[in-house]
Amino acid sequence: MRVSCLFVLCVVAATVAASDQRYRLAATRIAPDTWLVRGSTAHFSMANGGNIANCAFIATGSGAVVIDTGPSARYGEALRALVEHTTGEPVVRVYNTHHHPDHFLGNQAFAGIPIHALPDTRRAMAEQAEAFSDNLYRLLGTWMKGTVPHLPTVDALPGEISIGSRRLELFAYRGHTAGDLVILDHATGTLFVGDLVFNHRAPTTPNADLAAWQSALQGIAGTPFERIVPGHGDVAAHSRPISETADYLQWLAGRIDEAVGTGRSMAETLFLPIPRRFDAHDTLVEEYRRSVMHLYPGVEHAFFHAE
Amino acid sequence: MPAVLTIAWLFVRASFAAMPIALSAAQATDSQVDPLGSPQWEFMHRTILDGAPYAFDSRVVVMTPASAEDAMNVPVSFRVEGLGTVERVVVFADLNPIHKVLVFHPHAARAALGFRVKIEQATPIRAAALTADGVWHVGGAWVDAAGGGCTAPGYSRTAGTWYETLGQVRHHRWPGAGGVDAVERLRLQVMHPMDTGLAEGIPAFYLERLEVTDDEGRRYATLELFEPVSENPYFTLDLDAGGRPLRLSGHDLNGNRVEAELD
Repeated sequence: MRVSCLFVLCVVAATVAASDQRYRLAATRIAPDTWLVRGSTAHFSMANGGNIANCAFIATGSGAVVIDTGPSARYGEALRALVEHTTGEPVVRVYNTHHHPDHFLGNQAFAGIPIHALPDTRRAMAEQAEAFSDNLYRLLGTWMKGTVPHLPTVDALPGEISIGSRRLELFAYRGHTAGDLVILDHATGTLFVGDLVFNHRAPTTPNADLAAWQSALQGIAGTPFERIVPGHGDVAAHSRPISETADYLQWLAGRIDEAVGTGRSMAETLFLPIPRRFDAHDTLVEEYRRSVMHLYPGVEHAFFHAE
Repeated sequence: MPAVLTIAWLFVRASFAAMPIALSAAQATDSQVDPLGSPQWEFMHRTILDGAPYAFDSRVVVMTPASAEDAMNVPVSFRVEGLGTVERVVVFADLNPIHKVLVFHPHAARAALGFRVKIEQATPIRAAALTADGVWHVGGAWVDAAGGGCTAPGYSRTAGTWYETLGQVRHHRWPGAGGVDAVERLRLQVMHPMDTGLAEGIPAFYLERLEVTDDEGRRYATLELFEPVSENPYFTLDLDAGGRPLRLSGHDLNGNRVEAELD
């Protein structure tokens, strides 16, 4: 009897958790007619449904522009409803800043609307979208229900474009991935930098070119802005997140060079201590270890094959 | 939920506490309860360790990531601390389609090794060290993975370049860098596709044996290798060769020889 009561309690609790998989998205106004939908700075989990990246939108007077669409079809639907409710305008254009799944698997909810991305981003999505989607189903389960990768339909090219009241300037960088789109809204000085900048969240490196990433950060630091909107973490009215991202990436490159150069194995390198100055970054240990697995083999190959 | 789980846990604990005689009769000590809770442990014990006496032992340290980024190249390092003479160390992965990864004989090397493995799904990775008293001391850790490492063809297979580099050896020695007592670190790579036989249309083809000796014929370490070892494998060893020239020799499943000076 006691066992069956426990069993019933567990089943009831599990059912409640399963039926509660709704994204509770909130829009925060960060500038005139400009809103942020902030994601968690944690890693993908069943608890957050993969809502770990920032999305943003602008009301132009001639329709809303959406920047990134989240990790799943269900997220995309919630985002579109939020944008239309908040702005009172239909969505007329979507930008994907880069090809990582937490930023574009919500595209499905915007089918029929032009979705813009850099040509290099579109190429990378065509190659990797299915694998990304499979992996998120594995990590997020039913949060992903019905999600099918919907790829961008239009090339985003560097330069200025006008939509309604807004003049947007697009920059094509690379480094975090093969194509990293940065958007400057001249009306408000808001600079949307995607995952080239992480704010108090450890950068991710599965497709990174660290040298190119550092040049991109120099380009961003040289662009006048009132505020930057990073792909992960809080909006900032100063350049500290840019220099902190650069500092971490420079340390990471040096750490792996040193580990390979002193004969540490890849597994040993995973467990080396991380300097205290990076303690403010969320998911620090997990992302450092992922980065070792991404970056160590290339440095090791160069070391052994140069001799 | 947490409160419910706690009650259930106490209930289970109470049930075990009521059966101390049954437990001691079966000689099930703490060190024989699999800390990784693997469904395959009993089978591994029977098939890999031949049912011999064993103890789960924290002195066999296995370093590997909680989650693999690349299922074809999961980094693993183990080291055995304070167990005296270790005759050999067997590495295996409970839930891999091919369980046994390698057997390391540390003749005159430290009982420690770094390498990479291919895994097909989430699995425990274990190192079992055999001491002179005939007991296996078992360490290990779980690795999560998105899968596909054993049944996907390796990079050089898809690129078609493996035969141009087969058997090439690269190495580097770091005198005094192997740890606490000025032991030397040796890292080496042997170019080989290490085909598992599980990828469609590609038969098993892997390095079977590698041995490190010096110019006087003294053996430092022997490695017996199996299918799950990663393509173009790197190995990290700690030994004390006193600066003498070392030599690597070995062969693969097809009888191709590996010979290299490790100066």
